[in-house]
Amino acid sequence: MLTAIVAITLMALFFGLVLGYASIRFKVEGDPIADQIDKLLPQTQCGQCSFAGCRPYAEAIAAGEVAINRCPPGGETTIIALADLLQVDVIPLDDECGEEKPKTLAFIVEDRCIGCTLCIQACPVDAILGAAKQMHTVITDECTGCELCVPPCPVDCIDMIETKPNPNTWRWPDPDHLDLKTGGQS
Amino acid sequence: MTEKLASFPGGLVLDGQKRRSTQTPIRQTPLSKNLILPLQQHIGAASVAIVEVGDKVLKGQKIARAEGHVSVYLHAPSSGIITAIDEQPIPHPSGLSALCISLETDGEDCWIEHQGTDDFASLSEHDIRQRIREAGIVGLGGAGFPSFIKLNPSVHHHVDTLILNGVECEPYITCDDMLMRERAEGILDGIEIMHYALHVKNCVIAIEDNKAEAISAMELALSQRPELQNTKVVSIPTRYPAGSEKQLIQVITGKQVPTAGLPIDLGIVCHNVGTSYAIGRAIKHGEPLISRVVTVTGTDVAHAGNFETLFGTPMHELLAFCKTERQPDEPFILGGPMMGYNLSGDHLPVTKTANCILVGVENAAPDAKPMPCIRCGECATACPVGLLPQQLYWHARAKDLDKTEDYNLFDCIECGCCSYVCPSKIPLVHYFRFAKTEIMNQQQETLKADNARIRHDNRQHRQELEKKEKQERQRQRKAALAATKAAKEKEAAKQSNEADNVENN
Repeated sequence: MLTAIVAITLMALFFGLVLGYASIRFKVEGDPIADQIDKLLPQTQCGQCSFAGCRPYAEAIAAGEVAINRCPPGGETTIIALADLLQVDVIPLDDECGEEKPKTLAFIVEDRCIGCTLCIQACPVDAILGAAKQMHTVITDECTGCELCVPPCPVDCIDMIETKPNPNTWRWPDPDHLDLKTGGQS
Repeated sequence: MTEKLASFPGGLVLDGQKRRSTQTPIRQTPLSKNLILPLQQHIGAASVAIVEVGDKVLKGQKIARAEGHVSVYLHAPSSGIITAIDEQPIPHPSGLSALCISLETDGEDCWIEHQGTDDFASLSEHDIRQRIREAGIVGLGGAGFPSFIKLNPSVHHHVDTLILNGVECEPYITCDDMLMRERAEGILDGIEIMHYALHVKNCVIAIEDNKAEAISAMELALSQRPELQNTKVVSIPTRYPAGSEKQLIQVITGKQVPTAGLPIDLGIVCHNVGTSYAIGRAIKHGEPLISRVVTVTGTDVAHAGNFETLFGTPMHELLAFCKTERQPDEPFILGGPMMGYNLSGDHLPVTKTANCILVGVENAAPDAKPMPCIRCGECATACPVGLLPQQLYWHARAKDLDKTEDYNLFDCIECGCCSYVCPSKIPLVHYFRFAKTEIMNQQQETLKADNARIRHDNRQHRQELEKKEKQERQRQRKAALAATKAAKEKEAAKQSNEADNVENN
């Protein structure tokens, strides 16, 4: 009887110490759920969800403060992915935030640009290049199409251009939504 | 080869339909007035134009340079004037346009100065690769991978076998067959050069046993080349898709190329016979790749055959030359009936990878609506890679892309055996192509999102630093201001003290 009590007590003490040590030694900084959510968001940093970027929105979702349907650039795909991750039901996109649109890129019309740098300050991913009184230009590879540079422009010289598919980025159409005749030979 | 050949699982024995296009020798396609040259006719980065509109170019002159490592040069197929560099429809399953150079030929077909060398052993391996790259040579079997890369094994790899692919397993296509029959010498020239560049011990020329003429032509030519004594012609059983690189390696060596691996991991390099011929022309005669042999065949083609065609020649001119009765809106196929794809129109140019134009297929089944899968398992029996097409199909349809990857979607070679045998006529390969491009697109998007996140984080970090610096500056300025104020006050106090003292005095 006594041996059992002593053994159990010693074991409890041992495991308690191990766990206590592990919780300090292997402490995870930050919020892993927020990280995972952030990974699924499209990182346009557009703020249409009413948060100042993707990370704050991810943190708010992780805290259970907002719904998962406030990201128009991500659209249905992102909502499904988030629902999958968080084990919640898929809900349609919130109209308040905007609607899902085809991907666009910002383009600065050089004839009209006066070099005011306002768009450079607005760009969340530093995708606009230029200096005061010098013409600006968009680094298309880095542009996320967030449209945040459009409202600050005093001369309205930024156009959002829909990205055209080219043979390298083209995707085979879904055979389920296709008239058979146009499909590939298979 | 004395040792026994191995085999791959599945596969099909198909009606070859090759006699139609092997009745006449290879003919020259007449020079077209306008040539359209897409800047990307190969796998890798598109070439970059080095000519301008209005430039006069000679036949064989470089008109676009390679961009990056996986890329090759592009040459003017005939002499003439560059009339445009713009987007034009290209032969691609999407039917989309891409950047092309348009050349108006002057009819003189005047060559640029060029010379080859018979003494290629005086060149270094590096020089040979460079010449092959500058000659614009890519795999002519259909994939279009730059050939010089496959002749450049890294220090970690040792190549002991070179396989020349003259299998041509797709029905209807006969361009390699005719090339071997008529230009065996030229193919052997290329083999000699590849031998030298790769330092291989063995070389196998693999030909399907339904091409008796090609086999005897290659054997005859080989018997007159004592320097190629370690090269053998091997006749392999006719079974589709034996001409696919990985399946051919399995037949010849019994080894499987690992998933995501390359033949070179097994010490094997595989080249198409057409590519070998092009390499021979480039090194021994100094001629860049400006034309290829194209099979034009099908039930609607009156004079079916093989045609040596300059790149950029519009397909409708080639079709007219062989008296094709094609209805304006009738679809036609680039490549074979198994792996080819429907083209959007006949004004598209012939490119480096265009091996066959097929107009009208024998016993073509009318487009039937696919029926539900009955789980018969025929597709799994036919699959030469040993995949489970049925499982892949369910998951691709449900857009469960992770699952399709678990079932090794990317090992699918899109040979079309599964779709061919499916009793429900389900376009299985189309589902797999769809799933593959969806997955690749998602990976691209993820990369882009990660990049955007990093840039956004960096920006925020920088803004915070700037803010801190600003605050620091403000603090310093305030401190300085306070100090001067204090000093002034002290000064004023001193002065008033002095004034007081004076008054008191």
